[in-house]
Amino acid sequence: MSAPGPGAGPAIVARGVRKVFAAGGREVVALDGIDLEVAQGEFVCLLGPSGCGKSTLLNAIAGFSPPTAGELTALGRPVRGPGPERAMVFQEYALFPWMTVEQNVAFGLELAGATADRIARTVDGLLRRLGLAEFRDRFPKDLSGGMRQRVAIARVLAIDPPMLLMDEPFGALDALTRRSLQDELLRLWAEDRKTIVFVTHGIEEAIYLSDRVVVMTYRPGTVKRIVPVTLPRPRDPSSAEFNALKRELTALVMEEQARHQADEVHATAD
Amino acid sequence: MTTAGRAGALLRSLAVPVGLLLAWEAVSRAGWISPLILPPPSAVAVRWWAYLLPTAPFDPAEGSWLGWAVSGELPRDAVTSLLRIVIGFAIGAGLALPLGLAMGAWPLAHDLLNPLLQVLRPIPPIAYIPLAILWFGLGNPPALFLISLGAFFPVLVNTIAGVRSVDSIYLRAARNLGAGQAVLFRRVVIPAAMPYILTGVRVGIGVAFIVVIVAEMIAVNAGLGYRILEAREYFWSDKVIAGMITIGLCGLGIDVGMSRLNGWLLRWHRGVDG
Repeated sequence: MSAPGPGAGPAIVARGVRKVFAAGGREVVALDGIDLEVAQGEFVCLLGPSGCGKSTLLNAIAGFSPPTAGELTALGRPVRGPGPERAMVFQEYALFPWMTVEQNVAFGLELAGATADRIARTVDGLLRRLGLAEFRDRFPKDLSGGMRQRVAIARVLAIDPPMLLMDEPFGALDALTRRSLQDELLRLWAEDRKTIVFVTHGIEEAIYLSDRVVVMTYRPGTVKRIVPVTLPRPRDPSSAEFNALKRELTALVMEEQARHQADEVHATAD
Repeated sequence: MTTAGRAGALLRSLAVPVGLLLAWEAVSRAGWISPLILPPPSAVAVRWWAYLLPTAPFDPAEGSWLGWAVSGELPRDAVTSLLRIVIGFAIGAGLALPLGLAMGAWPLAHDLLNPLLQVLRPIPPIAYIPLAILWFGLGNPPALFLISLGAFFPVLVNTIAGVRSVDSIYLRAARNLGAGQAVLFRRVVIPAAMPYILTGVRVGIGVAFIVVIVAEMIAVNAGLGYRILEAREYFWSDKVIAGMITIGLCGLGIDVGMSRLNGWLLRWHRGVDG
């Protein structure tokens, strides 16, 4: 697999990123003053209650929705729009339902103009790596949620991007499937060392996966605190250190959750 | 289902039609109704058979056996009508599809053309008959014009709806994987809109089928619609009914064929319950 992107600089740099939405005649500040650096090969989780702007930040990095103000660079280049070097995995999988598993995985390579031979080899390898080989001719509708997310991961890995952006990818899965996909993701990450930015509202998931947890505040979304996780992998969620971290992060997230709820009560009273 | 259960189901589904046919035959045979008004089903069957069979005996010098087998009046009429449907539909859908894609994808095209289309759409193709004859005279051109008009709007309206209903997450995923506008359109928008487009195609063929029969009653001298009108001129009511049955069978055949094609093209689709 490819070496990390050009140079040894950070994978992602955000400087003073601000994002304002117009919603129902009012302006909502979704993100404000976001300063963040993600190193190449690093696994970072964005954690916060819903409404904290974590998905907005990810979409801005992906280039789907440019920031209102501030600077955003990926691998040293300003983000101008979506690009295959910042491959996205969506919570809703976003597999193309009219393509088979194999066709979904091959799609990005075909767009990149790869030879048929290379496409076949890459797709074969990925399907085997993700345990999808026997499902290659199935359509997404015939797969379970866990299988679909595996296909979505294989689809972005096929184009061998230096970065993966994952928007609550395991949010819709049951607990057991989620854990096995988390392990699989960690295994893939250990093999390729791609930069991963992973959005979640699962505190345990964030500790289990990442090198650093970025806790975000509720509206406007800002960086509340960045908590490094130095526990060796594989991490044991029942260990004392894991739970100490979990307590710390829970306290931080619940402060924001309380603001979220107060806001909802306020909105209902209007 | 058990054999007995299946036999029972078959019996239930046949009871009413068979009963009606028998009653109809009895009423006709008893002489209560003139055969000119309503001929007995047996006469219709005999007429249908005669309409189906080749008129001349088989002559190897004339050509192939297969050609002879379909040289009867009915096969020729059916082929003539079906060919008109195919050509008319191809013209109508061929114009509606690109226009619908453009109107679905570009709001400007939609804003410019939609008011006009909304006014024209409710006019039944049949209402264009006088103009069609004025513009195209007699023969195939006015018939094809009317058929393509009938196919045009269902395909157009459904294509627009299909393109507009494409889930933006597919567009985001494809752009993220490096798709440009052309690829996005060809490999994402069109397949994603396909369930709608095929619904439009199915409705469009249905309308084309209705219009072909009407169009053949006014402007041409072959085809199933022409044949039943011709039979009425001679008071051949048995042939009128035989022609109607043929029209029904052709319609059923088209619908079953389309339904199979849809099922295959949309084999990836989760269906209504999913």
